[in-house]
Amino acid sequence: MSNIQIRLASLLLRENYGEIVEKVGSYLIKYGLKALRAIALDTNLKLDQVRKALCVLITHNMAKFTSTKRGIIYYQVSVKTVLLLSRYPRYIYSVKTLYGDAGELIVEEILQNGQLLMSKVVRKVTERLNEALEDRTVEESFVRDKFIDLVSTHFLQRVVNPPSDIDSTVTESETAIEEEDLYKIPEAMKIEGCISRKRRRSEDEDRGTKRIRTDSTASEDPSESFPDDGVYWHTNFDRFHQHLRDQAIIDAVSRRVDKIGAEIVRTMLRMSELTTDPKATLTKPMSSHEIFHALSRELNIPRPTLDQYLKLLADDQIDFINKTGESGGGIYVINIYKAIKSLCIAHIESVVQERFGSKCYRIFRLLLLKQHLEQKQVEEFAMIPAKEAKELLYQMFSEHFVSVQEIPRTPDHAPSRTFYLFSVNLNQVCRMLLERCYKTNANLIARREHDTYENRRLLERSQRIEAVVAASLRNNDGNPEQTAELEEMITPPERAQLNKLKHNVNKLEQSELQVEETIFILTSYVQMVV
Amino acid sequence: MAGRGRGRGRGALAVAAEALGIGRGDLPPPTLQPPPLFPPLQFKPVPLLSGEDHDYMLALKQEYRGTMKDSPHYIKADSKKKDIERYSDKYQMNRNSDSIIGFQPDWERLPQELKIRVRRLHKSRAAVNPTLPISRKTKALSHEEIEKKLQNLEHKEESQTVEENEEEKEGEEEEEEYYDEIDEEEGTDYNATYFDNGEDFGLDEDDALDDGPVY
Repeated sequence: MSNIQIRLASLLLRENYGEIVEKVGSYLIKYGLKALRAIALDTNLKLDQVRKALCVLITHNMAKFTSTKRGIIYYQVSVKTVLLLSRYPRYIYSVKTLYGDAGELIVEEILQNGQLLMSKVVRKVTERLNEALEDRTVEESFVRDKFIDLVSTHFLQRVVNPPSDIDSTVTESETAIEEEDLYKIPEAMKIEGCISRKRRRSEDEDRGTKRIRTDSTASEDPSESFPDDGVYWHTNFDRFHQHLRDQAIIDAVSRRVDKIGAEIVRTMLRMSELTTDPKATLTKPMSSHEIFHALSRELNIPRPTLDQYLKLLADDQIDFINKTGESGGGIYVINIYKAIKSLCIAHIESVVQERFGSKCYRIFRLLLLKQHLEQKQVEEFAMIPAKEAKELLYQMFSEHFVSVQEIPRTPDHAPSRTFYLFSVNLNQVCRMLLERCYKTNANLIARREHDTYENRRLLERSQRIEAVVAASLRNNDGNPEQTAELEEMITPPERAQLNKLKHNVNKLEQSELQVEETIFILTSYVQMVV
Repeated sequence: MAGRGRGRGRGALAVAAEALGIGRGDLPPPTLQPPPLFPPLQFKPVPLLSGEDHDYMLALKQEYRGTMKDSPHYIKADSKKKDIERYSDKYQMNRNSDSIIGFQPDWERLPQELKIRVRRLHKSRAAVNPTLPISRKTKALSHEEIEKKLQNLEHKEESQTVEENEEEKEGEEEEEEYYDEIDEEEGTDYNATYFDNGEDFGLDEDDALDDGPVY
């Protein structure tokens, strides 16, 4: 938890939940366990504001609380979960590719609210889907099935009941909920047939009249009861990470070999999803016979081709797949650790290449290959003139991509009798790059905020005009002259400025997302090494 | 001595540099200023990846950001008074006011102390405020002082009941006046007249309380 991480976390909190949550969140990240009053006192916020901020943080699974024996409740925020905020679009997108629009909306809805009841999610998503698709309607049961799919594949998870703050002695047994229970659909939702749906429809009608009077967005009827009350769901980030990791491996294989190879690896990963521990470095062994049966028929890969591909992948230099036995037509495992490591190395290498040029890249790869090299050897092996090689090597050394190990021949550490061995400490380089990525992301967000702040008047005005134009179009009374007149309220130079701003913001956000991908690869490697 | 020391130092450095393969003119000149804040880029950055999925993800991100801004989870401070008070303000639910929470978390899952009670306007508070200094004043008295005072009070009460029994009216009056004049240098006139007129048991006791510490 470095300063840079804290900075990024507070920027993310501000962007997503506003300034008060940011203050409380970054205060808790910095100072660890704190009680309610202490937070309010130190952050100079009103007690109610702090309360609200804590509610938000807890419902979004970023804050935890523990109560002591004396009844004081301490709150803490983990910086790791806050940093995941920049990965939310990727989660949503990956679910879209797996489960389509309904899945996308379910996950989006849950991420926006932190934790939700199943019945609420299903209803909201059905409403939203029906709004989007005007020509056909979607049944609630369809969305519910999607939800059940997501739960059975562990993308969604029950929220563990927090320890009751009345007596803290019971908590140990209470929090240790069985693993299976996390993915159990409540009975009420499973058997919910036409009876309850009918009842709900009449309820909806009741509320229809009420809604006209009250503000529809903010107030939901609190007295309304749900069949699955008390069972909240949130996203299981570990499962998402596993999926994203698998996806990265499949992509890598498709780049290195081809589409068919990628499909074979995908099948193997899917087979091992259920049997292997998500944190394991090797999957469970699979025979080629099993793989052949698990391959989807549509791919139409004959048995000999499969064997050829498996052999090719196993013999490949990058070692994604290892052969562990001959029985059953050959037994194979996927070496997830090696796969992630080579992905990570590829990322680092491309950073070296883009930052220092191809000669440095050559030296860096040499060091990775030979582990420890003296300076003379580096010059010789890289086939670069001595003076230039020295300069490049020291440049990388000063930027911490390369480290030096001293080995004295005599105990006095005299420089003339010491070997200086240059090497690459992968773990350390990874962490260093990770910090840089966090810094980059923080800078990108800061820049975007600055740009929008500078142009806020123009933005507000253009939004207002757009709203007016849209309203007149909707009412069909806007004649084209009037619309044109309205649009002329923004002068051409202003329009040019707006377009430029939009372009810049898009570019900044795109970079944020892509830096985030690098962060993902680097963190998964660092986590595996630990 | 000094010459030799320098010689040795220089020699060691030369050897170290030699071991690393650095010749005489290879070392760069010393830098005397911090590196620039925005160093010039040696290589131009590569363009960002683009494609359908990237564009879609970008749209997703922007939409998500937009919805979060409007969601009840986005907490703002109490907004300042606007330029003018509008009639419609009354009917707009201000969900971001400090004492109202815009979403309904399940209070069963949150610590009790986080629960926000929706309050009425704080009119009653203004009435309570003026009494505060007084109560604070009494609190400021130390423990010992209070004890002392109570003891005196007790003592006085006892003596007074005795006096009452024995002398009833006449003597008591004179005594009181006498003490008053001696103890309190200022405002004696007023006290004298005051006590002459309003001769009351309760008042006497009060007076005794004031005199207490002198005893």
